[in-house]
Amino acid sequence: MDFLRRLLGREPSSREVAKERLQFVLIYDRTGLSPGVLDTLREEIVAVLSRHIDIDRDGIDLSVTQEGRQTKLIANIPLRSRRP
Amino acid sequence: MPGTVITVTSGKGGVGKTTVTANVGAALAMLGHSVVVIDADIGLRNLDLVMGLENRIVYDIVDVVEGRCRLRQALVRDKHVAELHLLPAAQTRDKTAVSPRQMAEVCDALRPHFDYILVDSPAGIEQGFQNAIAGADRVIVVTTPEVSAVHDADRIIGLLEAAERGPIHLVLNRIKLDMVRRGDMLTVDDVLHILAVELIGIIPEDEQIIVTTNRGTPIALNPNSATGRAFHDIARRVRGEHVPMTSLRDRGFLERLFGFMRSS
Ligand SMILES: Nc1ncnc2c1ncn2[C@@H]1O[C@H](COP(=O)(O)OP(=O)(O)OP(=O)(O)O)[C@@H](O)[C@H]1O
Ligand SMILES: [Mg+2]
Repeated sequence: MDFLRRLLGREPSSREVAKERLQFVLIYDRTGLSPGVLDTLREEIVAVLSRHIDIDRDGIDLSVTQEGRQTKLIANIPLRSRRP
Repeated sequence: MPGTVITVTSGKGGVGKTTVTANVGAALAMLGHSVVVIDADIGLRNLDLVMGLENRIVYDIVDVVEGRCRLRQALVRDKHVAELHLLPAAQTRDKTAVSPRQMAEVCDALRPHFDYILVDSPAGIEQGFQNAIAGADRVIVVTTPEVSAVHDADRIIGLLEAAERGPIHLVLNRIKLDMVRRGDMLTVDDVLHILAVELIGIIPEDEQIIVTTNRGTPIALNPNSATGRAFHDIARRVRGEHVPMTSLRDRGFLERLFGFMRSS
């Protein structure tokens, strides 16, 4: 769990690893959303939006969260301001 | 008022469904309710052994649905608690010997005569599980704080939601405080956060469960033990009482159990 190790700055406990792994696998189980699909989504969203507006590609954040038993896909897409 | 059918299920096997059914059933009967526990694990019957009733069985649920006896004749009276009854599973048949519709009919036939009907589900998501939930008004999902058990519990909860069965309540079984303290076991909060269903009880890991099961005298018969009391607390919550989770045992225990996550 490199992600956890970086986040915590220490070796994660087996409890922390278990929780992280479970949350990860359950997102896929519940929705069919895999990291690969998430990457594809990000690319396609960028492509569609870029046709109409000027977006900050590096600032895009696509994440999955859980609210109760509902899984939510949250896209945070910063727009570039128009040059004068 | 007609009785309530509560199915006890889990997904993963061996996490404590039969133990919870026998003990919560006994506790509800000790509180003065009339109770039937149904063993829906056809082919692998165990509930009779856990309750110490194995040598009182004459007929079983397959005899009932195939018309070899009346429902009343198949009910075994418990030898410890009045108003507690067992409808045994057949040992020599398989899960297909009873259909979900037949199970729902058995539950309907019991509802007018008993306050609570508890159904002990087999493990898995196949027909045995479909049978067990066919008559359910409520469902108790049992899990232990381990990755595979929680993973399977999530699948079961998803299936129950899809089948519009509920409300769903969670029993977290076999919590080991020393492992939680070391950071080597998912906490109550962790499991609740992941599964997002309402908690109805916490049962500690306790070797007395094995000892009492050996004897066929469920631990709930002794409500003075911490684990016996945990089952009685579940029974009281089942009947609608508000019993704080902290009444289980010393406050420190649960605070540590719940609080671990917040402090780290
Ligand atoms: N809290 C506990 N502490 C110690 N042992 C326990 C606890 N809960 C259950 N056990 C033991 O774990 C074993 C499995 O329990 P049980 O038979 O109730 O599980 P189950 O979910 O009904 O299994 P199956 O899926 O095979 O029907 C039994 O030996 C039981 O005594
Ligand atoms: Mg069982």
